[in-house]
Amino acid sequence: MTLFPLKVVTPDGLLYDDTAEELIVRTTTGDLGILAGHINCVAPLGMGLATVVKEGKRRYAACIGGMVSVVNGTVTLVPTTFEWSDTIDVERADASEQRAKKVLSSRDASDAEVKLAEARLKRALVRKSAASYH
Amino acid sequence: MAGVSTKEIKTRIRSMESTKQITKAMEMVAASKLRRAQNQVLCSRPYFEILYATMNDIVDSTRDFSSPYLTRRPVKKSVYVVIAGDRGLAGGYNSNILKLVAAETEGKDVLILPIGKKAADHFRARGAALLSEKYADAEDVGVGDCFTLAKWLCKGYLNGEYDEIKVAYTNFVSVLSQAPGILQLLPVLRKETGREGQIPSDILYEPDSTSVFDAIIPEYLGGVLYGALCESRASEQAARRTAMESATQNAEDMISDLSLKFNQARQAAITQEITEIVAGS
Repeated sequence: MTLFPLKVVTPDGLLYDDTAEELIVRTTTGDLGILAGHINCVAPLGMGLATVVKEGKRRYAACIGGMVSVVNGTVTLVPTTFEWSDTIDVERADASEQRAKKVLSSRDASDAEVKLAEARLKRALVRKSAASYH
Repeated sequence: MAGVSTKEIKTRIRSMESTKQITKAMEMVAASKLRRAQNQVLCSRPYFEILYATMNDIVDSTRDFSSPYLTRRPVKKSVYVVIAGDRGLAGGYNSNILKLVAAETEGKDVLILPIGKKAADHFRARGAALLSEKYADAEDVGVGDCFTLAKWLCKGYLNGEYDEIKVAYTNFVSVLSQAPGILQLLPVLRKETGREGQIPSDILYEPDSTSVFDAIIPEYLGGVLYGALCESRASEQAARRTAMESATQNAEDMISDLSLKFNQARQAAITQEITEIVAGS
């Protein structure tokens, strides 16, 4: 298949700088699949699984926040956090999930706390589901 | 007479030596911290640059929408996010950035959001209006905090609580040179290219340019804040290392100077004693 250059940059550094056959990311309006020759496009990212396909091999990652842009054939993924499925700390995600659930189930949590806990729970679930793909 | 003087010199040499040990230790700590901070800067720079480039691309190529983030309002109140260090003894690092902010904000109605204990103390002592002191510990502020802060600032901006947001930070040019600077965050400055009203761009925005833009801005601000924070941290360590290096050098100079004086005084005392003995016999 035709390849296109793909860059993944997060505040922690350049995580991927290579070519790829296909990129699937979760945007705020749903999953977006990008192949070579895609029209120039910009979309904000939601929370979800990102898939990078190269030479038939699929790599999965938990990808949260930020945006994806295609400019003249070059695809740039600029997420807030991006973790390959094999580097995800499942135990930490589990612990984070438990903590968030505890806050959500308690009666006297403030609105702000509930909001934070919801976001944390969502992130933990995204991480866990991404880690289950290999 | 001479005996007292040698003793005095001796104590001074000893105290100089312990000062030297401290500055030497601080220099080494700063050097190792600098290495880590420098790494972080190198890692976060591409993110920051790509984010900035993409943002500019959208702003430059799309003239067919307006966003509250782009419209310039008459500035009544500005917010300054001031990033300084938690600790002193870093040469001119803290005072340079604080002086710059003081010069910039003079006569304006400003709210200050200090990051770093030194900045918080400085503005508190001067009775400046502080927006929040939640981030007074520069050491503890992480990526997540930057994004939360950015979202919060955007909300305040959209509600009209303030009309402009700027960040004051120290740019890490190299280990030997750091430049304090002020960067405007909001409203996003549009380059005047004279292409006003030209063909709409051929970029596809999903779902549409305005909502893409409004979703990206807080992310962008968070990224810029984090980048500025990384730069400042590296600058702080570099400034401290240089300051401590010269302090150690000064201590060494003083010690050698004092040693010379000490030896001279000792020699003078011996000569005097001999003269006295010879004269007495």
